[in-house]
Amino acid sequence: MNSLDVFGINPLSVLIFAPALGALLVLAVPNANKQLARWLSLIIALGIGALAFIVFYAYDREVGGYQFIIRGDWFSVLGASWHLGVDGIGAAMVLLTGLLVPLAILISWEVEDRPSIHLALILFFETGLMGVFVAQDLMIFFLFYELSLVPIYFLIDQWGGANRKYASTKFMIYSVGGTLGMLLATQLIGWSISAVPADVVAQVQAQPNVPATVAEYIPGRPSFDIDVISTLFPAFSGAGGVFLGISVVTVKALAFVGFFIAFAIKVPVWPFHTWLPDAHGEAPTAGSMLLAGVMLKLGAYGFIRLVVPFFPDVWVSEINLLGIQTTTAGIFAFLAMLGIVLGAFAAWAQNDIKRLVAYSSVNHMGFVALGIAVMALAYGRAYVEGSTDLMNDGIMAANGAVMQMFNHGLSSAGMFLLAGAIYHKTHTRDMREYGGLWVRAPIYGGVFIFTSMASLGLPGLNGFVSEFLVVRGSWPVFTALTLISMLGLLLTGSYILKGIRAVLHGPFNLKWRGTPLEIELREFIAISPLLVLMLITGIYPNWILTVIHESVIRMMGG
Amino acid sequence: MTEAFNFPVLSIIVFLPIVVGVAILFMDSKQRDLIRGVALSTAIVLLVLSAFVYLNYNANVDELVAQQEAILEDGGDAPAARMFDAGLAYEENYEWVPALGIRYHVGVDGLTVPMVLLTGMVAVAGVLISWRIEDRIKEFMAFFLLLVAGVYGVFVAMDLFLLFFFYELAIFPMYLLIAGWGWVKLREYAAMKLTLYILIGSVVALVGAIALVLTASNFFTANPTLLPEGAQAFSFDIEQLMYAAELGAFSQPGYLGIESLTFGTFWFPFIFLGFAVLAGIFPFHNWSPDGHVAAPTAVSMIHAGVLMKLGALTAIRVGVQLMPDGAQVHLPWIVFLTLVNVVYGAFIAFRQRDFKYVIGFSSVSHMGLVSMGVATMNTIGMTGAGLQMFSHGAMTALFFGCVGMVYDRAHTRDIPSLGGFVKRMPWVAFAFVVGGLTSMGMPGLSGFVAEFPIFTGMWAASENVVLRIGNFELTNYYSVLVIIAALGIVITAAYVLRVTGQVFFGEFNERRYSDVGDITITDRAILLLLGVPLVVLGLYPNIMAPMIEAGVRPIVALLGGM
Repeated sequence: MNSLDVFGINPLSVLIFAPALGALLVLAVPNANKQLARWLSLIIALGIGALAFIVFYAYDREVGGYQFIIRGDWFSVLGASWHLGVDGIGAAMVLLTGLLVPLAILISWEVEDRPSIHLALILFFETGLMGVFVAQDLMIFFLFYELSLVPIYFLIDQWGGANRKYASTKFMIYSVGGTLGMLLATQLIGWSISAVPADVVAQVQAQPNVPATVAEYIPGRPSFDIDVISTLFPAFSGAGGVFLGISVVTVKALAFVGFFIAFAIKVPVWPFHTWLPDAHGEAPTAGSMLLAGVMLKLGAYGFIRLVVPFFPDVWVSEINLLGIQTTTAGIFAFLAMLGIVLGAFAAWAQNDIKRLVAYSSVNHMGFVALGIAVMALAYGRAYVEGSTDLMNDGIMAANGAVMQMFNHGLSSAGMFLLAGAIYHKTHTRDMREYGGLWVRAPIYGGVFIFTSMASLGLPGLNGFVSEFLVVRGSWPVFTALTLISMLGLLLTGSYILKGIRAVLHGPFNLKWRGTPLEIELREFIAISPLLVLMLITGIYPNWILTVIHESVIRMMGG
Repeated sequence: MTEAFNFPVLSIIVFLPIVVGVAILFMDSKQRDLIRGVALSTAIVLLVLSAFVYLNYNANVDELVAQQEAILEDGGDAPAARMFDAGLAYEENYEWVPALGIRYHVGVDGLTVPMVLLTGMVAVAGVLISWRIEDRIKEFMAFFLLLVAGVYGVFVAMDLFLLFFFYELAIFPMYLLIAGWGWVKLREYAAMKLTLYILIGSVVALVGAIALVLTASNFFTANPTLLPEGAQAFSFDIEQLMYAAELGAFSQPGYLGIESLTFGTFWFPFIFLGFAVLAGIFPFHNWSPDGHVAAPTAVSMIHAGVLMKLGALTAIRVGVQLMPDGAQVHLPWIVFLTLVNVVYGAFIAFRQRDFKYVIGFSSVSHMGLVSMGVATMNTIGMTGAGLQMFSHGAMTALFFGCVGMVYDRAHTRDIPSLGGFVKRMPWVAFAFVVGGLTSMGMPGLSGFVAEFPIFTGMWAASENVVLRIGNFELTNYYSVLVIIAALGIVITAAYVLRVTGQVFFGEFNERRYSDVGDITITDRAILLLLGVPLVVLGLYPNIMAPMIEAGVRPIVALLGGM
């Protein structure tokens, strides 16, 4: 195990606490001293970004598995511990977060209203995001998952657009209400671990390569450790198939629903997406960037890390819906398909540029969901039936899903940055007011087209790689749904071209004669790392794919 | 327990405020600053001593757990009572009225140590927030210190008589403080209502307690071999009563000539509910919002912050701990009352227009969670109840501090006419947001750390608890109750967002509130003193949870649970 401690503190703990401490530091800067607050927060975010980068590169892909592990007492009465660690999937997400936060801070330079609080909230947000990606204990996961809502709520509520109160309240109620089921399910699962009989525990512990926490687990105690739950909860069958007075199958299905709704809202999976256009549309630019770029990934990450391994039997359980015989994973794939198609249609119908980009997230995250559905089905089949027929497809789709999370992080953050840049100059988000801007802003136009193409999935840029992997993985499993989803890609092309046409082409709106429209240097600096990564990932995806691939295989038990 | 220092720290904590309070009454009422200074330094000394007790107890908690494990391992007679004895620290045990079996016996266990710390915090905060009271400050401070003494006394009393003595001592100055310094429109009504409710509750409990002591005495007289060496058969000593409870003194069938009835099953509801009145249990919660609103800020703080915990603590100490069989019969239905507290309290809080009533009803809702944790009758849930007592105490004192600071400057508590106060009082807004997030159970703050084990405890209890009414048996209903109770979280989130949005954000009325300024340095000290523990406990629950766990283990062992 490689050691990368910062002043003797585990690097992952530093990734969690440094942003929060930095936020306090920035908060102490008086509001009058705007430049100091900006530079200070930028330096802090860059430092954390550098550490995230180092963690990603120091992650030993030959060894694989969880690395930089730390375990300490945290809440012993419940069996919850301060257990952190990253595998390849987590490391990719940590890298994404570390990358996007400094860019968001750079783009917040334009905020004049209470900048120190604004910047402190962004840093505080980073704490929540990092915490989720490195948590190896369900309670710690939940802690940071919920905690990340608070700063983004205030960012929307205080610095958002005209309709911000509505958007922020809707966002908060959706999120808190949505996680309620997950909270209850978390408590239930943590407790039910203590009801797993000792002989089952011994059986699991006797398997080769069990994680350290599983090997050390003492039967009869509650545990929230993700490894322990992943190995013991699927094996849990209550007393004669009955738990809490009802059958274990029902209990697991209910717990599944709790987790499913919480993460489906976050991803968002159709039809749980309705909070998203409002929140993304009204949030300040930095907020939109981080919401779309990182926060949506919390949901997808939750599916991959928790819902797939906890409920293999639920994913493959047969369901007869309106005469069609399918599985839970099949329904999930169906919803993903609807997200892809309907998200594209909705994006196509927008005139508000930020809402267009917001709906494009529903569209793109649909591919993540589709990939996860294949992964869940493959994992479930392997767990329940021991059949590995779908394994290769599942691994491929899972790789694609994680890649798509990363890529969507790059392109949606880029798109929101560009939308924010034009909004900042014109003070309108209505695309009908734009038109022909390319003449006056050639560099902006070039960057806009490049980013749009990455988002559209043009071969040679990043989006293509991941969407290809997802579609390749899901084709043999959900052929019809994949086919319709690929038709959805056509719609993706339409709305992206519609956006390009409305903003860059057509007659120039003379209203903007005197307005400087060209992208500012600061904005260009902020987007350039994204452009570079889009290109590199498109041409040489292996720089990140090998890291992800190893962890996906390990997760799938291959 | 190993104790770091060897002086009677608990007696000092209890009697110092009484002595200083009486001394203040003899001071010159013109020397206001001197009076304030004396009161503040007393409160600070109390806080420091309480913190010493806390830190020392916490340092030895691992050793205590090992002792308790050893006691459970080796079996023998009355393991729960021995575990309880092992957990007592800073004991002082003297004869007081030997003829009546009354002793001066004080000590703290894992449940009460956090309460002692909380009382110290709220005492300092209460003196600080009363800094600008000009009206009869001498009497105010004297009564306030007496109130603090009474509260401390109940927490440390290990003798049933002493416990009642301090319980009534706490109520008496409470009445005077509300009636004399409270909100003019409501104070006499509220003070009277509060005192009557609590007195009636405690009298019912007192009758039960005397019957309890008599029963124990009869039991020991009938079985003299069981009596500990050198002890009296007739005794109010809680340790001895617990020993008797574990030997089955209160669970012998045939009480009052009815075969299915035991002493415990008959008296438990009276004693438990009698004390739980003070914890605001439905349907006896009615005094509490009025009392909170009518009281001056410092008294609201100590009232909701600490006094309501007296009710919960004594209900556990005398009710559950001494009559475990009664608890097993009655808590399965009392849990429905706590559910009403949690959900209905949150709904009513949502409907309020008066800022202070919102907080008042939120206390009803949150104290319901404490009782719910007790009703789980397992280690996890009861540990959660203990954590919630501390968390709610600090949080609600912080809330009432914030309300008081706004009210002092805006002279209204009507929520719709307030707005945008973040501009003038950023510290208060920040503190209120922290408190609000704590109350809606946001992870990273102490409310989550407390609610999570309570709910987990409910799940855990679901398979074990059975409600029997005649031939009717209800099982596995705790899992349904916990889902309903979770709705309380959503409603809490809704009213917290609503109040925060309206009072601290939104439009600021420049003309009406032109003279509203920022808070003073003493006010900031209050916010820090009460707010920081919420964050610390939320980020690192193990700073308190193991201690409380050690405190509830004997009780759970007595209940035969895990």
